Amino acid sequence: MSTFDLSPETNAANRRPNTTITPAAAPNRRNTELVMLGFAVLVPILAYANVGLAMDGSLPAGMLGYGIGMAALALIAHLAVRRFAPYADPLLLPLATLLNGLGLVMIWRLDKAGKLLRNNFAAAPNQLMWSGLGVAVFIGVVLLLKDHRILQRYTYISMVVALVLLAAPAFFPSRQEDFGAKIWIRFGSFSIQPGEFAKIILTIFFAGFLMVKKDALALASRRFMGLMLPRGRDLGPILMVWLLSILILVFETDLGTSFLFFGLFVVMLYVATERTSWIVFGLVMSVGGAAVVATMEPHVKTRINAWLDPMAAFAPHPPANSSEQIGQTLMALGSGGTTGTGLGQGRSWLIQFAAKSDFILGSFGEELGLTGLMAVFMIYALIVQRGLRTALAARDAFGKLLATGLTSAFALQVFVVAGGVTGLIPLTGMTMPFLAQGGSSLVANWALIALLLKISDIARRPAAEPAAAIPEPTRGPVS
Amino acid sequence: MNKPIRRVSIFCLVLILALMVRVNWVQGVQAAAWASNTHNDRNRYDRYAYPRGNIIVGGQPVTSSDFVNGLRFKYKRSWNDGALYAPVTGYSSQSFGSSQLESLEDGILSGTDSRLFFRNTLDMLTGKPKQGGDVVTTINAKAQKAAFDGLGNKKGAAVAIDPRTGAILALVSTPSYDPGTFSGGADTDVKAWTDLNADPNKPMLNRALRETYPPGSTFKLVTAAAAFENGKFQSIDDRTDTPNPYVLPGTKTPLKNASDDEPCENATLKVAMDYSCNTVYGKIGAELGKDKMRAQAEKFGFNNDKLDIPIRPVTSAFPKASDPAGTAMDSIGQHDTRATPLQMAMVAAAIANNGTLMEPYLIAQERSARDVISNHTEHQLGQAVSPATAQKLQQLMESVVQNGTGKKAKIDGVTVGGKTGTAQHGQDNSGLPFAWFMSYAKGGDGTQVAVAVVVEDGAAESAEISGGSLAAPIAKSVMQAVLSK
Repeated sequence: MSTFDLSPETNAANRRPNTTITPAAAPNRRNTELVMLGFAVLVPILAYANVGLAMDGSLPAGMLGYGIGMAALALIAHLAVRRFAPYADPLLLPLATLLNGLGLVMIWRLDKAGKLLRNNFAAAPNQLMWSGLGVAVFIGVVLLLKDHRILQRYTYISMVVALVLLAAPAFFPSRQEDFGAKIWIRFGSFSIQPGEFAKIILTIFFAGFLMVKKDALALASRRFMGLMLPRGRDLGPILMVWLLSILILVFETDLGTSFLFFGLFVVMLYVATERTSWIVFGLVMSVGGAAVVATMEPHVKTRINAWLDPMAAFAPHPPANSSEQIGQTLMALGSGGTTGTGLGQGRSWLIQFAAKSDFILGSFGEELGLTGLMAVFMIYALIVQRGLRTALAARDAFGKLLATGLTSAFALQVFVVAGGVTGLIPLTGMTMPFLAQGGSSLVANWALIALLLKISDIARRPAAEPAAAIPEPTRGPVS
Repeated sequence: MNKPIRRVSIFCLVLILALMVRVNWVQGVQAAAWASNTHNDRNRYDRYAYPRGNIIVGGQPVTSSDFVNGLRFKYKRSWNDGALYAPVTGYSSQSFGSSQLESLEDGILSGTDSRLFFRNTLDMLTGKPKQGGDVVTTINAKAQKAAFDGLGNKKGAAVAIDPRTGAILALVSTPSYDPGTFSGGADTDVKAWTDLNADPNKPMLNRALRETYPPGSTFKLVTAAAAFENGKFQSIDDRTDTPNPYVLPGTKTPLKNASDDEPCENATLKVAMDYSCNTVYGKIGAELGKDKMRAQAEKFGFNNDKLDIPIRPVTSAFPKASDPAGTAMDSIGQHDTRATPLQMAMVAAAIANNGTLMEPYLIAQERSARDVISNHTEHQLGQAVSPATAQKLQQLMESVVQNGTGKKAKIDGVTVGGKTGTAQHGQDNSGLPFAWFMSYAKGGDGTQVAVAVVVEDGAAESAEISGGSLAAPIAKSVMQAVLSK
């Protein structure tokens, strides 16, 4: 248990979270990280070999290059952490590496489905390239961001950048195969999903904003139906975020992003003010907003109907705009059963559209079975718990808010995507962090992990280095 | 700030826990239902992912599994003589599902049957390739061919049964179809399937099992059986008290015979059978009443809706409620009496087997790729009539072949009993009648065979059609095929 403890801040220590930690109490966990990283590289390589043996009867030709490439990426990332964030959490990097590697294997496996998958093309090399870029961004953040508190200075710039990123896709046409969701910015064949980056930048804005305003927001001016309402002028920013998420829903028909941002904001507001009333307030606003939009937007209604009856799309006369995806995914999961068909031996290409991206969990479920999916969810759960431990350990309110926000956004995204794909909640168009095909998502999530590592590094850094001394930033941390 | 962070932490864990519960539900509790969902194409691909077992007739497979190495399907079903065996095997198509033995025995043929679990697991561990099992039928290849050739391009059906065991020796329906023409998924397969379904002659209808006809005069044997069993007559030479024509009870409608010259007035049972007198057997049926008639018919297998051979035939019916006039007509195989060719073969078989009706069956043996999984055990459906009554019915049927309407079924040196039938149907009997012949033959070496043949409107003029001229020669060739070694 104690092996993975970020700090000795357990039980008794919880009551004095801001006390300094002596160097002896915070062992450097870099060797643990290295060993775990070894596993995180080995498992996908074995999975890669497994796919080759199952589908071609021989070890894949690119196995050596792929293995060396992945190991090198992981090693460079590790060395960067060892040098620039020596006290960082030891598990986050291996966990992210493992998910990224498994995602690559599954995308390669679906590439091999060839013509069985409509419009199939070799996506694995691209994904590998994006993984490299993601790790580069990771190293960049670890290297250049001396202290996360620098980001606090860019609170309002972050807000503007996030708004621009969020609004941009509304001005780009959506394609037929996007099923109405406008979440991409396209330049020819190149496209990015700005929502993935906005997720991080908006969290920085929320953290900075709430840092300043938390005391004001915690003040209640009126009591209304048992709820302590905040002062009117403090409500402004909240209403703005609410309006923004509604606008995203209306103009980009992106249920997932809308839900993610509003949920993120409510969670951070609650953490900043410690007032439960904000959760109630947030829930009422989001449910109200969603209900209004759902009745107006045919796209949202379609999604809800597809969730209520996933097999309707298979009927002789399927409802308009219905898609077989969810039904196909459920059948893939059911066919996989407890232990799965084994990598390379399933037929998850039947999911067709977005089989490599949003619906990649269906492939994992079919080929690795319930066992595999439980393991994948366990990895996500660990990342979330390491992130929130970082928040607990952080010594400054901004760090706490930022870590909580980043981790909650991650957890909400996992829930919204996986819940949608498995039919737990209506489907929304978002990607499974690290697993799914998609460069924006990969790069953004690597940046997210890097930020968490930086916060945990500062949090666990021995007191010898004065935490209050914030070094001058040399350049803008995020652009 | 730590207290709310801890709460957020719990909330996030609950979210992921919800996902875990959900996948346990889908992949655990509901897994089998999703896996076997009719829209789950994996099942179709699995069926043709490795060699499918064969259906065997007379030691030779009549089907084969061709390695086509398609994108989705690795193997494809084909037939050695599809039109001849389609009424037995059914079809097995990548695009259009399967039917009959191909469907009912799919577990064995595709190797997924639970009885093969141990063998499959062993094969998996020892690395042997997967392979479906074989289904051995009771069909006699020569008899099948004789029936098929005999029916030729006429519409009809023929069934032959071994009366002692119930083994089905021939099962033919014409016009037939080649299931191999649509066993794949190409455009030509789709066209073949569409054309076959649109064909007004319904080639995919299995007339031997899945179509009922009025049995006509062949049903008079059942009426005679009821008469003997109920003690109404003791001997086939007992005289009946029958006017000619016979006015149906409670009506003014006269029931006539095929020709007024026939010696049907007060005829003996034997003469009435030789000449197929409607008046005699209609009157006997009416006098016995609907309940006694129905009881006897049911002993021969009528109204049994649970007979599986393992293909389930449509139920042959003797009506529960008819007025006396209706019962008179029911008793000569008209009105509401309906029978499949299989049912009439069962009547002939029970009579030949001294009254004991054996359950008809089509599958002699099921095999895995290497060993025998099961052998059929014979099973009595019941005693249709007493052995004494069976003897009398045999005398009646043998007399029909010797002296009556069934002379064309005579085989030298072989005991043959038979009964013709020419069944009216359609509005005011306007349709071309169905020609029936039901018979049995006993060879010197103890070999037996019971046959029923029906030919639908084979001739343009209804007078031309009669069981004796159209159906009897077909039955004769089938009996010869079984009896000749």
